[in-house]
Amino acid sequence: MSKGRFGKHGGQYIPETLMNEIHKLEDAYEHYKNDPEFIQELDTLNREYAGRPSLLYYAEKMTKALGGAKIYFKREDLNHTGSHKINNVLGQALLAKKMGKTRLIAETGAGQHGVATATAAALFGMECEIFMGKEDTIRQALNVYRMELLGAKVHAVESGTKTLKDAVNACMQEWTARVDDTLYVLGSVMGPHPFPTIVRDFQSVISKESRAQILEKEGRLPDVVMACVGGGSNAMGSFYEYINDKDVKLIGCEAAGHGVDTDKTAATMAVGSEGVFHGMKSYFCQNEYGQIAPVYSISAGLDYPGVGPEHAYLKDIGRAEYVPVTDEEAVEAFEYIAKEEGIIAAIESSHAVAHLLKIAPKMRKDQIIICTLSGRGDKDVAAIARYRGIDLHE
Amino acid sequence: MSRIKNAFDHKKAFIGFLTAGDPTLDKTEEFVMEMVDAGAGLIELGIPFTDPIADGPVIQEANIRALEAGCTTDKIFDMVASLRKKTDVPIVFLGYLNTMFVYGYEKFCKRCQECGVDGLIVPDLPYEEKGELVPIAKAHGVDVITMIAPTSKQRIEMLAKEATGFIYVVSSMGVTGARSEIKTDLAEIVEVIRGVTDTPVAIGFGINTKEQVAKYSAVADGAIVGSAIVKIIAQYGENAGKKLHEYVEEMVSGLQKIMNM
Repeated sequence: MSKGRFGKHGGQYIPETLMNEIHKLEDAYEHYKNDPEFIQELDTLNREYAGRPSLLYYAEKMTKALGGAKIYFKREDLNHTGSHKINNVLGQALLAKKMGKTRLIAETGAGQHGVATATAAALFGMECEIFMGKEDTIRQALNVYRMELLGAKVHAVESGTKTLKDAVNACMQEWTARVDDTLYVLGSVMGPHPFPTIVRDFQSVISKESRAQILEKEGRLPDVVMACVGGGSNAMGSFYEYINDKDVKLIGCEAAGHGVDTDKTAATMAVGSEGVFHGMKSYFCQNEYGQIAPVYSISAGLDYPGVGPEHAYLKDIGRAEYVPVTDEEAVEAFEYIAKEEGIIAAIESSHAVAHLLKIAPKMRKDQIIICTLSGRGDKDVAAIARYRGIDLHE
Repeated sequence: MSRIKNAFDHKKAFIGFLTAGDPTLDKTEEFVMEMVDAGAGLIELGIPFTDPIADGPVIQEANIRALEAGCTTDKIFDMVASLRKKTDVPIVFLGYLNTMFVYGYEKFCKRCQECGVDGLIVPDLPYEEKGELVPIAKAHGVDVITMIAPTSKQRIEMLAKEATGFIYVVSSMGVTGARSEIKTDLAEIVEVIRGVTDTPVAIGFGINTKEQVAKYSAVADGAIVGSAIVKIIAQYGENAGKKLHEYVEEMVSGLQKIMNM
């Protein structure tokens, strides 16, 4: 079995054209992750530029309203660029710089990862090209302009379902065509090794901080840590430092779209099966012949037919639980947290909030939940208005 | 002698690619026979996949047409079994690993053997991961074709040493599709390969003219043309047979003849 395995999942299923480059990336990462200067530089960027550490906020009003467990939100929505994506991007951009790369390319779904990559490219003075499904450029038009404002070139991908999966295809193809000066800044804990490990490590700053913060505030670890899962980067970052704390329950919330019993869903853990796609072995939404299914979710960021290999492994060994959340539940949660706590959270993060609304009331008052708010919801306001039948366009 | 070996025995091979089931499997069977009659030495049949990451727009669209027409792996096997009654031309599949993994490697390779598929080209199965498929394919007499890229460099010897069937040298970076110019120093790559193995070498990606076929079959043992063929099928649909025959005949005329045999 090759490198980068999480149980039977993971691996490096990519064309030969990319193998030399992927080995270079592995070597560079293995070196720099232990390099004191690299660690120092990244830490400074995280603090001075991204605004870390992010707050661990006690949602007292919501806790009282729901009448159960104490609710804390890990506020990744308050990071520079408005989501957790910046954590990974700053790490990879710094790595790219050390490797002598001058050009960053990336896929994006909702646009958050694209915005973060365009931001880092601007900061590091690098060229930047972003691949985004045509469908998503319409759903998230504001983020397209935002990326362009930051100096990136945005390609609207017209192939296949014109969403995140197709953006990944196009970006991988672009990397195959031009590797020498370019790093593909993969946005989630997916793709070929070493990406799932690199992205997880850079995102694990979330749980490193939240663990220290909750110990300081409550003197003990939480009972539940939860986050939304598309590819799974904010969830993996939120879970990672708790994996060995067996009493901390880990819950990933997937996008069920119209429901897991319909074909309009993106809940890979609920309806997917084992496969090999986008460079990795993991679970995918697919048919009996291995054709990848067209998935659906109201959230462009969770609208992906697969899931990161480490999540697949955590599911296999029963360490984490994965639950589906529908569009309607997510939109209700989006509205609830806005009214109750004055926080407009991303529709992606609202999937986790929706499940929190189900479980918190059933838990005891002395129990603690940490729910990651992976991003802010400004980008979603127009789409939610339209979902509610209000004719609002950006 | 295996069918693949035979295709390169004291001769150069023109290798034609088309996507199975585009526009229908009956037509694929007819088109393959046209190409064989026109002198193609080896046929590469694409198993359509929703997300063919190594392929350019022309073959991507053929994949979509085939899937929309209801093409499945099982139906392709049946078509190949039928073809095998008519021709001894070596047939290799080009398929993405997921179509084989989900079908089941053992079941897939067994069907290949039963239907007369000689080899598998799997663009997303690099050397590092081939251990999960190669032994099973080998047990069923199916070659897993080694791919070598412009970026393979110091990997070439390692890759070539274990190659069986033929070696597929990828001429250019990026995806499949016609190119006006190929910049890679292919002669240098082929020389390194020749240093470690006698396995025949074919060059593909971007080849679409008779002149390119002449140039690259002189450097190697064969030339592979895909997108240009698929383009003819996209244009003429069910009536592409005659055009394919003419096109392949012209390409085959570009093959370098081996002198003093």
